[in-house]
Amino acid sequence: MSCWSVTLATLKKDIRLEWRSKDALNSMLFFSLLVVVIFAFAFDPLAEESRQIAGGLIWVAFLFAAVVALNQTWARELRNQVLDAYRVSPAPANALFLAKALGNFIFVSVLEALMVPLFVVFYNLHVLGPAWQLIPIAILGTWALVVNGTFFAAMSLRTRSREIMLPLLLFPISIPAVLGMVAGTTAVLTGDNPAHFYIVLLLTYDVVFTTACLALFETVLHAE
Amino acid sequence: MNALKFLFAAYIATWVIHAFYLGTLVRRFGRLRRELQELGKEK
Amino acid sequence: MKRLFPILAVLTAIFLAYALHLALGKATPTDAQQGDVYRIIYYHVPSAWTAFLLFSINFVASITYLIRRKPKADMVALVSAEVGVVFCTIVLVTGPIWARPVWGIWWAPGDIRLTSTLVLWLIYVSYLVLRRFSTSAQTQMLAAALAVFGALDVPLVYFSIWFFRTQHPQPVIGGGGSMDPRMLHVLLINWLAFLCFAFLVCWSRYRLELLHREVEEAHAMKSLESRAPAKTSLPLNRGPQ
Repeated sequence: MSCWSVTLATLKKDIRLEWRSKDALNSMLFFSLLVVVIFAFAFDPLAEESRQIAGGLIWVAFLFAAVVALNQTWARELRNQVLDAYRVSPAPANALFLAKALGNFIFVSVLEALMVPLFVVFYNLHVLGPAWQLIPIAILGTWALVVNGTFFAAMSLRTRSREIMLPLLLFPISIPAVLGMVAGTTAVLTGDNPAHFYIVLLLTYDVVFTTACLALFETVLHAE
Repeated sequence: MNALKFLFAAYIATWVIHAFYLGTLVRRFGRLRRELQELGKEK
Repeated sequence: MKRLFPILAVLTAIFLAYALHLALGKATPTDAQQGDVYRIIYYHVPSAWTAFLLFSINFVASITYLIRRKPKADMVALVSAEVGVVFCTIVLVTGPIWARPVWGIWWAPGDIRLTSTLVLWLIYVSYLVLRRFSTSAQTQMLAAALAVFGALDVPLVYFSIWFFRTQHPQPVIGGGGSMDPRMLHVLLINWLAFLCFAFLVCWSRYRLELLHREVEEAHAMKSLESRAPAKTSLPLNRGPQ
């Protein structure tokens, strides 16, 4: 049983379960819409500065949506002692982690894909820089949030105030990634600066922390 | 003179923070020692 | 050992007073641009260096704990993180107090040193929060893992802000450039004094932690003994010898 086949099996299971129940998906979609609307009221879309801050607004909205999604990542596993079953199985811990992270990545990407047109509509956005650069920024940025988020969600399982623990641990560590995402998106939207460095920064961040998560996940999984 | 206000504010703030932290250490020491004594008595 | 502590405390207090006297006195010239306000540097920079040193100790102790699982390593990690956060708080408080009269603003987001220090502070406060809120028996392992993550993050924080700043020039709080050798001399003396002080604070915190663990153990022993059935003729198990 290879690591990859375990990962795929777990991922398929999660997607199938989510697709059947759709409760998390529906509530998350509505939550994302609400966030965009609230931002549209809080920050005047017609102001000239909105193009400058749109990058920040979009990613803050994604960040909050991701945290809500990540918080219930492990909830399902805890409910039926699936996590304990996984611990005693010979399956590698990394496979479970990758499956969870990939599942969250797909989930959050779907949310982002739905929120972006809403932002474009509400803020009358059009891209002044090279638009194709938004794709690596979005992929790398989302992975940065999701990989650490999945790890810290597992860490928060055995803490009091579990839901607040996740953002408390995630936000400080994610600051360089958030800076990269926001500054990169703003750079592309305004066309003022090149976004190359931010893409490299996000790539470095992703490599470093994916490695760290894979190396240390087994420790976290076995924490009683 | 106005600028010196900031200088003294910085120095005082430093020692206030240190004093506050040391105060919490002293308080925790006292509480733990009392607890240990009570546990010893109950035995 | 116990008698040494008050002696060292008195010596450190004298040293700190001497360092303060040098910082405020005529031994160092008044800065041409900033006036006497620059003397905040004698508390701001030593606190920063001490905080960084303590966080480095935390990193090493956390890695040691992850590999070797020595309880002492974990205690060193906890102590260095807590005292490090105290010194880091001082850096973040004295920084804006210094910036205000010199630059007219309390905070500049692109100021790489102060912003990196803020992120460092956030990371280690989250470390302390995890330690306090975790109900797991493996809290120490989780905290050590978080410390490693935090340490990996630090260079990334620094470079991300550095590049951001090159694109959006900001005022540099705290000044750069070379320093008058007399100023450097007093700065180092203040640093040494604060290091002695930090050592004593860490020592006290370490002893507090030892006491804390002793009390926890006593609690555990007590609940073990109270649960032993009264009717048994077997001798009470007093736990691991």
